Amino acid sequence: MANAQDGYAGSWQLNLQTPASPLQAEIYDFHTMLLWITGIIVVFVTALLAYAVVKFRRKKGVEPANFAHNTLIEVIWTIVPIVVLIIIAIPSLKLLYLEDRIPEPELTIKTTGYQWYWGYEYMDYDGLEFMSYPIADEDIDESKGQKRLLSTDNPVVVPVDTNIQILVAAADVIHAFALPAAGVKKDAVPGQLNETWMRIDRPGVYYGQCSEICGTGHSYMPIEIHAVSKEEFDAWTRKQGAKLKPKAIAEDK
Amino acid sequence: MADHKPGFFTRWFCSTNHKDIGTLYILFSIFAGIIGGAFSMYMRMELQDPGVQFMTNEDGSPNGQMWNVFITAHGLIMVFFVVMPGLIGGFGNWFVPLMIGAPDMAFPRLNNISFWLIIPAFLLLIASALVDIGAGTGWTIYPPLSAKLGHPGMSVDMAIFALHLAGASSILGAANFITTILNMRVPGMTLHKMPLFVWSMLVTSFLLVLAVPVLGGAITMLLTDRNFGTTFFNPEGGGDPILFQHLFWFFGHPEVYIMILPAFGIVSHIISTFSRKPIFGYLAMAYAMVAIGFVGFIVWAHHMYTTGISVNTLTYFTVATLIIAVPTGVKIFSWLATMWGGSIIYKTPMLWAIGFIFLFTVGGVTGVVLANAGMDVVLHDTYYVVAHFHYVLSLGAVFILFAGWYYWIGKMSGRMYPEFLGKVHFWMTFIGVNLTFFPQHFLGLAGMPRRYIDYPAPLLPEGLDWWGRTQFMFNEAWMQLHSWATGAVYESTITWGYHGWNFVSSMGAYLAGGSVILFIVIVFWTLFFGRKASDNYWDVEDKIMTLEWTISSPPPFHQFEIQPKVK
Repeated sequence: MANAQDGYAGSWQLNLQTPASPLQAEIYDFHTMLLWITGIIVVFVTALLAYAVVKFRRKKGVEPANFAHNTLIEVIWTIVPIVVLIIIAIPSLKLLYLEDRIPEPELTIKTTGYQWYWGYEYMDYDGLEFMSYPIADEDIDESKGQKRLLSTDNPVVVPVDTNIQILVAAADVIHAFALPAAGVKKDAVPGQLNETWMRIDRPGVYYGQCSEICGTGHSYMPIEIHAVSKEEFDAWTRKQGAKLKPKAIAEDK
Repeated sequence: MADHKPGFFTRWFCSTNHKDIGTLYILFSIFAGIIGGAFSMYMRMELQDPGVQFMTNEDGSPNGQMWNVFITAHGLIMVFFVVMPGLIGGFGNWFVPLMIGAPDMAFPRLNNISFWLIIPAFLLLIASALVDIGAGTGWTIYPPLSAKLGHPGMSVDMAIFALHLAGASSILGAANFITTILNMRVPGMTLHKMPLFVWSMLVTSFLLVLAVPVLGGAITMLLTDRNFGTTFFNPEGGGDPILFQHLFWFFGHPEVYIMILPAFGIVSHIISTFSRKPIFGYLAMAYAMVAIGFVGFIVWAHHMYTTGISVNTLTYFTVATLIIAVPTGVKIFSWLATMWGGSIIYKTPMLWAIGFIFLFTVGGVTGVVLANAGMDVVLHDTYYVVAHFHYVLSLGAVFILFAGWYYWIGKMSGRMYPEFLGKVHFWMTFIGVNLTFFPQHFLGLAGMPRRYIDYPAPLLPEGLDWWGRTQFMFNEAWMQLHSWATGAVYESTITWGYHGWNFVSSMGAYLAGGSVILFIVIVFWTLFFGRKASDNYWDVEDKIMTLEWTISSPPPFHQFEIQPKVK
């Protein structure tokens, strides 16, 4: 059915992807509010338009009115939109500041956009970095749940319920790191280190795609994230032969 | 003899007559529109089904560069060679002098070169797609993709020169309009009595003069980065790729108002004429356009919400962008109030104008959604944005290109268009473009990024040709509709991905494409078989009369030899 999928789009889906993070849940709710407000505006304007179209069509012997001013109505249709905009702006700005910064990152992953794949580096670990390439259509194994144009050879594994800081960089042209289910999108700009964050609240596989035109392979550099329990994540890092770096800076505090 | 016209070559190739130049602009706009539209048809064919069926290399692999060249050319053609020449060069040239009672534009020779610069600009742009690998940068030409790093050949240089020429053409044209409007109005026509279309052209011209030079500067810096070793936008030399985006959008945001403001002006006249009522809130309408033009200059970074600019800056741009909704709302409500109490007749131009109000409202509210930086994070660079700007431009500005054509073709050519075919054209376009672009909201919300040659979705069974795939998906769409209507569950092989709405979108595009063919038929029908138009063929009443209805259809080669009077 339309919205049942988790981490990617359903066929005939109508709305945002199912939230997999508290942040995306906020975005989802804010969008629902906007949908009501904008929906009411469109219905209201269309109803007025339809009424005028039917009611004021040309009839024999009926002369048109001649008014061209009405100060009261003009003041109303200036003030009311301002009030509506204030109603939108308050939760909007709250959301914006919520998105902006994570208080205490528990894990930091640096991702770098290349033409046309992503590189990942777990900053808290020694020896945990890899490149992540898309899987070619003919190698897609649907029995493993792989999805064409979304699955990668090296998925990013992250623990659930963890504040993850994501540093976004680019090696050649501008790319954009995106993970719709977690409410994440940040441009990867050469010469600049951007920051964003996510906190995934349940295990699962989540997909994203490069979101800034970057050349021939723009459509072919997906992002695949496996969210697992913290224990599974520790097991995975050990299996990768990674060692946790001493947290010198954190201990200084 | 008053109406002495020069010979064919002198008249059309060396023209200094505002009406002839306007005609040339309109013909050019239609021609470029057919090419830009054909590009979009090919793109929708490619996106109809997952996998790459059409834009392939010789070995059958996807040609992503070709796709990028197509989207770039489509965008640049539609903006610089269809909407601007049509609304500003075409209708502006034709009707600004007529509406203000002037015999011609202030600088007729400047007018000539404004038009003739746009032809080589267009040729350069088309040629840029044909040489080397083509300019596959998107119309936003962001470096480093547009720098030597991303496009080492000469295509982007040619595209930059194309924009230089088109930009010079616009700036010269705008200077001409400002001079004409400020100096050549008939006595008695104060600024506050000026027709709204002239107001819209005045505001548009100021936007052009202030915004286009910034684009010129940005692309010149890009050109020297590419060829002469400067590093304005190259971090390796201390430059900044984001600087280009600031410069581009400082031009680019006013540019979208440059495209829509003339449409606002034309809508006002059409609604007033066919409702037989004066425009409601004339002064508010004029100053709403001034306000939109002004605010348009201070919201540019809302195109850059995900580039990493500081959160306080995002706050400012969110609030400033939301404010645009206020003057825009004033315009929408004033058009409704103009219709209110009127005696409305639904000729083809009025249908386009009413369609415009509805579609612009839809495109406007999605603009309010996108204005929120916090919301934009999931929608930026998705099909939601594509849907939004096509609702305001492709269905806003382009609807008014058609509205203006139907409204004034009798005046311009002296012949009337076929009313029934005009209405068929409207309904085909209206249904087609809504089918095309409304589902793109769903695609964007679900996360489909824009500028993609192929999208995630299961491939259809192998061996189906285009017609087989189309039938397959028609069945899918029907089953889904049935399931929504009745709650019945159906088993489908397509359980995930963006296929469904892309298919619907492509079907809508084919319908809209067909309506363009009908339009071409209507153009020729009108010119060869149209019945003769009277001077005031819409029976515009005295109290709302603009001066173009006081002279013959078509107007004499030089009009207003005796200066008209305005009360």
